[in-house]
Amino acid sequence: MLSKPPSTRPLGAQAPSPAAFLQARAAWRWPEILFWISAFGLILLFPNRHLLLNEIAILGLFALSLDLILGYAGIVSLGHAAFFGVGAYAAGLLAKHGVSEPVTGLLLSGAAAGLVGFLASFMILRGTDLTRLMVTLGVALIFHELANRLDWITGGADGLLGISVGPILGRFDFDFAGTTAYTYSLTATFLLFLLARRIVHSPFGLSLKALKDNHLRAATIGIAPNRRIVAIYTLAAVYAGMAGALLTQTTQFVSLEMLDFARSADALLVLVIGGSGYLYGGLIGAIAFKLMKDTLSAMTPAYWIFWMGFILVILVLIGRDRLMATLARPFAPLLKLLGARRP
Amino acid sequence: MPKSTTALSRRALLALGGTALMLASAQAQAQAQQTVKIGLILPMTGPFAGAIGRQIEAAAKLYMAQNGASVAGKTIELIIKDDTGTPDVTRRIAQELLVNDKVSFLAGFGLTPLAFAVAPLATQSKTPQIVMAAGTSSITEQSPFIVRTSFTLPQVTIGIADWASKNGIKKAMTLVADYGPGLDAEKSFKERLTAAGGEITGEIRIPLRNPDFSPFLQRVTDAKPDALFVFVPSGLGVQFMKQFVERGLDKSGIRLIATGDVTDDESLDSMGDVTLGLVTTHHYSAAHPSPENKAFVEAFRKAANVRPNFMAVGGWDGMHLIYQALKKTNGDTDGTKLVEAMKGMSWVSPRGPISIDPKTRDIIQNVYVRKVEKVNGELYNVEFSTFEAVPDPVKAAK
Repeated sequence: MLSKPPSTRPLGAQAPSPAAFLQARAAWRWPEILFWISAFGLILLFPNRHLLLNEIAILGLFALSLDLILGYAGIVSLGHAAFFGVGAYAAGLLAKHGVSEPVTGLLLSGAAAGLVGFLASFMILRGTDLTRLMVTLGVALIFHELANRLDWITGGADGLLGISVGPILGRFDFDFAGTTAYTYSLTATFLLFLLARRIVHSPFGLSLKALKDNHLRAATIGIAPNRRIVAIYTLAAVYAGMAGALLTQTTQFVSLEMLDFARSADALLVLVIGGSGYLYGGLIGAIAFKLMKDTLSAMTPAYWIFWMGFILVILVLIGRDRLMATLARPFAPLLKLLGARRP
Repeated sequence: MPKSTTALSRRALLALGGTALMLASAQAQAQAQQTVKIGLILPMTGPFAGAIGRQIEAAAKLYMAQNGASVAGKTIELIIKDDTGTPDVTRRIAQELLVNDKVSFLAGFGLTPLAFAVAPLATQSKTPQIVMAAGTSSITEQSPFIVRTSFTLPQVTIGIADWASKNGIKKAMTLVADYGPGLDAEKSFKERLTAAGGEITGEIRIPLRNPDFSPFLQRVTDAKPDALFVFVPSGLGVQFMKQFVERGLDKSGIRLIATGDVTDDESLDSMGDVTLGLVTTHHYSAAHPSPENKAFVEAFRKAANVRPNFMAVGGWDGMHLIYQALKKTNGDTDGTKLVEAMKGMSWVSPRGPISIDPKTRDIIQNVYVRKVEKVNGELYNVEFSTFEAVPDPVKAAK
């Protein structure tokens, strides 16, 4: 399972073929396996924190979806919550009007969000980062207001009531402690992660990175930018929609906050904390973000936002990598023992 | 790619460390016997922290300080949580309070969607959910375990509509915050005024988040109705009054009438003399002339350094309801028994005589017509007329 990193090849040796390069990148590394084993291990380990873990898994998936467009295609977005919200409302409406089986609901909601993402993607084809920021923000605002106005469908500002979610695949009922919810969300996140991992390590993923690095150059060597951007944006929308659907199904409630600007901003913050462009950033950022939020708000219910902001400013000022390197130093011998190299 | 490999391993380890910490803190919350826990979920941050969250927190703590932290042989423990303003987080917090802290009561709930989100949990776990703030009529219908000690918007709105039609107001416009309670207020005001022969010439809804009133107020100036009826949740009243004056509406001859949320006691004094003579209807004023209220206001001022508002009294009565219910069940924390004990309970609150409607579990209380006046150099809502024992009109009509 362990791969030799490509950069350790002796100087002057021949560059690997593209296929070999991609294969080397796609190989599983031990920390990844450890990460997922511990994530699933938490099902048994912390029975009383499953609700928080469920939220972390969902935020992780949502941030992962943003990472797909930000980290791989270089599209900055301040309105990713639009797709999250579309998925959330779709799942809520499906559950309310008969389709109570969660997996079916999840897939259909993902499709609904994907359709919206597909249509919206044409608006971000042109323009620079700033215009994209504005366009994505605008789209999210439009959806927020639509959900607010169409209150005979969405319940408006009071939220959608009367959602009843059936057992998963007709078998596993959602329990009160959130164990089913966490297992369900984590499994969905894991499967979608596998798919995303496959995609970003494919030639398609590589061509996206080329587009991100230099749009013009990529175009001149024959990489058609528009089709690729539409494809990845639609995929990211499907992911975000599924994250929203998971939240609806596990909390049995949808409200306008699903489409809130704060939710888009949270996803960006999560990526700032976790780092973008390597898929785990969203997941790790989500863990750090939610734990920080939960611990701080439990300690000082009235002033936790101050501390949250303080920590974020410190994080950005010092720089994530430097901070993490300092924090990880005590573990260096352990890491060495496990076969990790120092950079 | 050695860099990303090691970076990942460091991150993975950090994540593991983080989860280990989480475990430690969870385990520390050991179970204590003979303790009845109340999970109080309130807006402690954001725009509603001052007018709702801190008021209810202070009132609940004051009640416990005055009445002792034990009742029927059980020690009462209050766990205060920030609702962060989002329903999904509020729901998770409530669920964790139920599963981990084993609370016997869920209480608080600043905004309607938050109460809605928690309602299914109250039903599933058979835990009394005491709504101390949110005012949409339909909340108590969401679960048979919801009991309300605040008020409903229709309850306090029909009073001002009656007063308006009696005082020669024929054409009125409404301006409400665009969410459950606002729509409730708009609907009941319209029904009541048109039934008395009045007319609504315009209905304006403003967004709940980051409201800017000026463009809407311009429309009011242009339409020139006899009166403008306003509901905005407590905390937004200051902003509204400021823009009302800036637009010159106070001199336009358009009469301003409102529910008491606008002239909230917490912020009324800072709104200035422009509010003088403003007529509102509500269920509580800090100037309510009764010995119970005098003692309450005095103690509250000493404890929290601000004037109590109607949220504080909702929190105070919520705590009273919990204490009395526990007394009645002799310390039994079975949710069904507690709710049964609460039904029909009546007592004299700082706001006046109140009771819990045994049919709807909603509050029955007096609604007062008040006018803003200066008392000892401070602005107060001085009550001058009373509608006695008003139930929630929406549910009463069903």
